[in-house]
Amino acid sequence: MSTTMSGVAGEDRDDLSRQESRSMRLRSRRLLLELLRPLRRSIILTLVVVVFATLAQVAGPALIAFGIDRGVPALIDGDVLPLALAGAGFLASSAVGAVLIGWYRILQARISQAVLFDLRRRVFQHTQRLSLDFHESYTSGRIISRQTSDLDSIRELLDEGIGNLVSGAFYTVFTAVALVLLDAPSGLVLAVALIPLWFLVRWFQKRSQRLFRATRVASARMIVQFVETMTGIRAVKAFRKEGRNQQKFGELVEDYRGANAKVFRLFGTFDPGLVLIGNLTVAGVLLTGGMRVAAGELAIGVLLAVLLYVRRFFDPMEELAMFYNGYQSASAALEKISGVLEERPSVADPARPVDLRAARGAVEFDEVEFGYRDGAVILPRFDLDIPAGQTIALVGSTGAGKSTLAKLISRFYDPTAGSVRLDGIDLRQLHPKDLRRAIVMVTQEAYLFSGSVAENIALGRPDATRQQIVDAAKAVGAHEFISDLPHGYDTDVNKRGGRVSAGQRQLLSFARAFLADPSVLILDEATASLDIPSERAVQDALQTLLADRTAVIIAHRLSTVAIADRVLVMDRGRIIEDGTPEQLIAGSGRFATLHAAWRDSLV
Amino acid sequence: MSVDADRPSTPRALRRLLPFVRPALPRLLAGMAAGLIAGLVALAIPQVLQVLVDSALQQGDASAVLPATLVIVGLGVLEAAAILVRRWLVLTPNTKVEASMRNALYEHLQELPVAFHDRWPSGQLLSRAVHDLNLIRRWLAFGLVLLVVNGVTVVVGAALLLAIDPLLGGVFLVSALPIWIVAMRFEKRYSRAARRSQDQAGDLATAVEESVHGIRVLKAFGRGPHALKKFERQAEELRGTEMEKARAIAFIWRWLTLIPDATLAVCLVIGVALAAQGQVTAGSLVAFFATATVLRFPLESIGFLLSFTLDARNATDRFFEVIDEPVLIGDPASPATIEKPAGRLEFRDVHFRYPDAPDGAPDLLDGIDLVLEPGETMALVGLTGSGKSTLTALPTRLYEVTGGSVLLDGVDVRDLRLGELRRHIAMAFEDATLFSDTVRENVLLGSRDGSDETMREALAVAQAQFVDDLPDGVDTVIGEEGLSLSGGQRQRLALARAVAAKPTVLVLDDPLSALDVETEELVEAALRRVLSSTTALVVAHRPSTVMLADRVAVLEEGRITAVGRHSDLLAENEHYRFVISSLDDEDTRDEPRDGDGPLDGPEDGQPRGDEDPRIADERTEVRA
Repeated sequence: MSTTMSGVAGEDRDDLSRQESRSMRLRSRRLLLELLRPLRRSIILTLVVVVFATLAQVAGPALIAFGIDRGVPALIDGDVLPLALAGAGFLASSAVGAVLIGWYRILQARISQAVLFDLRRRVFQHTQRLSLDFHESYTSGRIISRQTSDLDSIRELLDEGIGNLVSGAFYTVFTAVALVLLDAPSGLVLAVALIPLWFLVRWFQKRSQRLFRATRVASARMIVQFVETMTGIRAVKAFRKEGRNQQKFGELVEDYRGANAKVFRLFGTFDPGLVLIGNLTVAGVLLTGGMRVAAGELAIGVLLAVLLYVRRFFDPMEELAMFYNGYQSASAALEKISGVLEERPSVADPARPVDLRAARGAVEFDEVEFGYRDGAVILPRFDLDIPAGQTIALVGSTGAGKSTLAKLISRFYDPTAGSVRLDGIDLRQLHPKDLRRAIVMVTQEAYLFSGSVAENIALGRPDATRQQIVDAAKAVGAHEFISDLPHGYDTDVNKRGGRVSAGQRQLLSFARAFLADPSVLILDEATASLDIPSERAVQDALQTLLADRTAVIIAHRLSTVAIADRVLVMDRGRIIEDGTPEQLIAGSGRFATLHAAWRDSLV
Repeated sequence: MSVDADRPSTPRALRRLLPFVRPALPRLLAGMAAGLIAGLVALAIPQVLQVLVDSALQQGDASAVLPATLVIVGLGVLEAAAILVRRWLVLTPNTKVEASMRNALYEHLQELPVAFHDRWPSGQLLSRAVHDLNLIRRWLAFGLVLLVVNGVTVVVGAALLLAIDPLLGGVFLVSALPIWIVAMRFEKRYSRAARRSQDQAGDLATAVEESVHGIRVLKAFGRGPHALKKFERQAEELRGTEMEKARAIAFIWRWLTLIPDATLAVCLVIGVALAAQGQVTAGSLVAFFATATVLRFPLESIGFLLSFTLDARNATDRFFEVIDEPVLIGDPASPATIEKPAGRLEFRDVHFRYPDAPDGAPDLLDGIDLVLEPGETMALVGLTGSGKSTLTALPTRLYEVTGGSVLLDGVDVRDLRLGELRRHIAMAFEDATLFSDTVRENVLLGSRDGSDETMREALAVAQAQFVDDLPDGVDTVIGEEGLSLSGGQRQRLALARAVAAKPTVLVLDDPLSALDVETEELVEAALRRVLSSTTALVVAHRPSTVMLADRVAVLEEGRITAVGRHSDLLAENEHYRFVISSLDDEDTRDEPRDGDGPLDGPEDGQPRGDEDPRIADERTEVRA
C-alpha cells in the first residue's frame, strides 16, 4: 500500500492510518465546502432568520414574567400600559417567530435540495466520465449505493440534523442567556446541571457511534442477501433454495434486529436521563428561587419565567446528541463519494481536442502495446493498418486479446505505449464528440434502457426522425418483431427485458448502431444470441451497410468471415495470421484448421 | 390517480398491521400506559407550584419551599422512570414486529411466481423490505405511542387549565379548532407530495442503475451528456416535489407555532387583568402558564406526528401491496407423489400467454403436444422469441400453463409438491445465476447427497476444472460478494449444478451459448454420457447442440410442428432447415421470413447488464 492513498482505494479498509483517515476527512470537507460555496448567501440568510426566530421564541417566558410582575400591580393602579405592552409584545414575538420558523424551514429545504442536486449531478456526471477500467473494478453495485444510500444519509443530515443542530444550539444558548439575564443565581444552578449533562452526552456519543456502525454493517449484509435472492429468483426456485435462504435471511434479520435493539436501549437510557437531569434542575431552581421569593428578593413572575426556561433548555438536547450520529454516517458517506469524485479517468478527454467532422475511417495502430496497471502485458507491441472501408474479421480463441484490440479502437482503453489513430489523428487528441460519432462499438450485452423501443434505437442518434428509426430497424430485420409488440415502436421495454428476448435485444442494439451511422463499426460478439435466420438477416444487412465503412468484427462463429475482406488470427495477444479469407483458407495455418473444423460442425 | 377516491382511510389502512403487532400488543399498551403516567406527572408539577405560590410564597413563608421541592424531585424522578419504562417496554417487541414483517415479506417474495418478479424491479422490493419497515417500526414505537400519550396529555392538560380558570382554559380550548383545521389541510397537501416524491425517488434510482449497467452503451455512443440531461431533469422534478413537501411542513410549523403562542398572549392579557381584579391568584397564573408550557410540545408535535403517521400509512400500503399479491403457483391441497420417477415428460395441449399480452394476439404457446420418453434427449428448436425459454419454464412451474397440462410420469405437475417436482426436474439457464457462496455450495445446491464425488463428476461434465485454479479451489467464494467469473465460467458452473442435482429430467435452456467452440465440444461429449440415462429437454440455437439430442422438436407459431431425428427433419422440414442450417446453405437463404412465430416471449430472465462488468474482460484473460 502506498502512503498517499487516493480515490476509492481504502474504502473497504478499516485499518487506515491516522494520516490516511485525516486525508479522507480533509477531502470530504473540501467537497462539502465546494458544495456549500455557491449557497453562501442563502446560508447566511438562513442563519439570520433562525437567530431571530429563536429570539422570538425565547422572548415568551420573559414577557410572561413582565406581564405578571409589572402588569398586575400597574393594572391595580389603573395603568394598562405594561399589560398592553406585554400582551402586544407576546403576540408580536409569536407572530414573528412563526413566520420566521416557516421561512426558515423553506430556506433550509432549499439549501439541502440544492446541495443534493449538485451532488447527484456531480456523481452521475463523473461516473459517466470515468473510464471502463474503473467501472470494471469498482462494480456497479457500489456506484449505485454511492448514488442512493449514501446520498440518503447525507439528505437525512441536511434535512433533519443540521437544521436541528443550528436551531437547537441557538435555542439552548439564547435560553441560557435569557436565564442569566433574568436571574443570575438560577443560571448558576443550570451551570451545575451542565456537568452531569456533559457526562451523559459524552457517554451516549461514544457508545452510539459504535452501535450505529454495527447497524449499518448488519443492514448492508441483509440487503445483499435480499437483492441476490430477488435477482436470482429463477435459480432459487429451480433449485429449491427457498428454505435455506429463509434461514439465512432470518439470521441476518435477527442480527440487524439485535443491533437496532442495542441502539434503542441506549436511547432508552439516554432520554430518561435527560428528563431526570432536567427535572432535578427545575427542582434546584425552585429551591433557590422559592427561598428568595419568600424573602421578597425575587418576583414571582421571574421565578415562573426561570422555571419555564430551565425546562425548555433541555428540549433540544436529544436532537443535539442525535446530530452526531447523523453526522457520522453522512461523513462516512461523503468520504466515499468524495473518493469516487477524486478518481481521474484513465482515458481522459483531451485538453485541446482536434476536430474531425467527417471521418474516412482509416485506423492505424502504431507501435501499440497494452497491459494492465499491474504490469501484465495483454497485447505486446504491434503495428496494424486498417484502410478506410475495409471489413476485418478478428479470429482466435478466447483470451487471445480480440476484445482488447477492439476496445483500443473504440477508446474504452488507451494503449500503454504507442498510439491508435483515426485518419491520422491520435484518438487521445480527437474531440470526444467526433470520436463517438465516428467509431461505434456493439457488444454482446445489448443493454436496453427503460423507455420505448423507439427511444432505445434513437440512442444511436437522438435527433433521428421516426422514419429513420424505422428504417434502421428494417435494415437489421427487427421491424417485424417490433411491429408485433403491443404498442409497436412505442412499447415500453421494461428494465428486466421481460418481453424482449436476448436475440431481439441484440437486434435492437444493431439498429441503434446503424442509426448512429459511424464510419468505423466494431462488433464484439454482437450476434452471439441471435438465432441463425436472424444472424443471416443481419449478415445480409451488414454486407450492404459495411460496403463503404470500416468494420472490425469479432465472432465465435466463423460464418462472419464470409463477409470480411481480411481476416486477422490472434493468439495470446499477437496477430499470427493476416490475409484475405481465401488466402488463409487455402493455406495451412491456424485459420485453415479452424475453418475446416467449423465446416465439419455445420450441417 | 383515480384510486384516491376508494383509498381506505388512514386508520383503516394502518389497522392492517394488527396481526403483526398483536404479539407485541400487551407491552405496547403497557408502554403507552407508562407514557401516560409520564405525561400526567409532567402536568402535575405546575399544580405543585400553584399550591406553593399561593399558600406560602405570597406570605413570605419559606418553610414550604423545601417540601415542595422534594415533591417536585419525586415527581421528576417518577417522570424519568416512567419514560424509562415506556422506552424499555416498547423497544424489544417493536424490533420483533419489524423482524417478523421483514421475514414474512421475504418468505412471500420467494413464493411469488417468476411472473411477479418480472414486473417488479428488485430495488422496489428492497425499499419496501428495508426503508418502509424501518419507518413502520419507528412509527409504532414513537408515532403511535406519542399520538396516544400526547392526545391524552392535551385533553387532561386542557381540563386542568379549565380547572385553574374557566375563562383562561376556555380560550385555550377554542384555539384547538384552528389547529385542527390546519392539521387537516396539511394532511392533504403533504400526503400527495410525499407519495409523488417516493415515486420520483424510485425513478431517479432506476436512472442511476441504468446509467451504470448500460455504461458501455452510453460510452460507445458518447451519450453520457444525453443521459446526464435526462437525469438532471428527473432530479429537478424530485427537487420540486421535495420543496412542495417543505412548503407544507413550513405551513404547519408556522401555524402550530403561532396558534398556541397567540393563545398564550391572549391568556396573558386576560390572566393579568383577572389577577388585578383579584379573580385569580398569582399561583394560578403561574400554574396556568407552566401547564400551558408542558402542553406546548404535545401540541407542536401534532404536525410532526401527522406527517409521520401518513408516511407510515404509505409504507404500510406499500408493504401490503406485495403481501397481497396472490401466490398463484403453490403446493396442491392434496399432493400426489411419484415413488419411482421414470422421467416421462408430456406436454398435453399446453397453452401459455403472458398476462399483459395484447388482446387480439394468439397465445404464445398455442397447444403444445410433445412427449419425452424416459431417458430421451429432446432438442427444442425455434426462432428467437418463439417461446422456447417459456416452454422450458413450464415443467418446473416457474410459469404456470394457462391451458392444458404438463405431466411427469402421468402425474400433472400441478398435483405434485413444488419441492418434489423441482427435485425431479433440474434446470440450467442461459444466463447463469450464481450465489455469493463457495463453488462447492453453488454446485451442490440441488444435490441430495452433497458429496464431493457428485461435485467432482458434475464439474468434470461441465468442463469446469478451472475451479481448481481459483485461490481456494472449490471453497472459493464466488458471486456478487466474491470472486467474479466470466460468463462462460458461470455458465459451466450452472450446468454443473444442474448435473449434480442428478434429476430425473434435465431442462437446459441454451446452456452453452457463452462457450467457445472447443470448450463446447468437450462439454457436449461429457454431457452425452449423462444424458444417456436422463430425460432431457435442451433448447438449441446451434446445430452442434442439436447433435446431443435423440430427437428434435420444432416450435413454430406456438405449436410443435414437427418432431423427428435431426437428419430426417433436415431433409423434410423446410422451416427447420431455415432455422438451423448454416449460413452457407445457399438454397435456404431466400426463404421468406413469414415463418416467424409470435415474437413476444422472454428468452431469458435477468438483464445482461447485471453481471459484473469485469466479466466481459476476464473473458479475455481468465478463460485462456
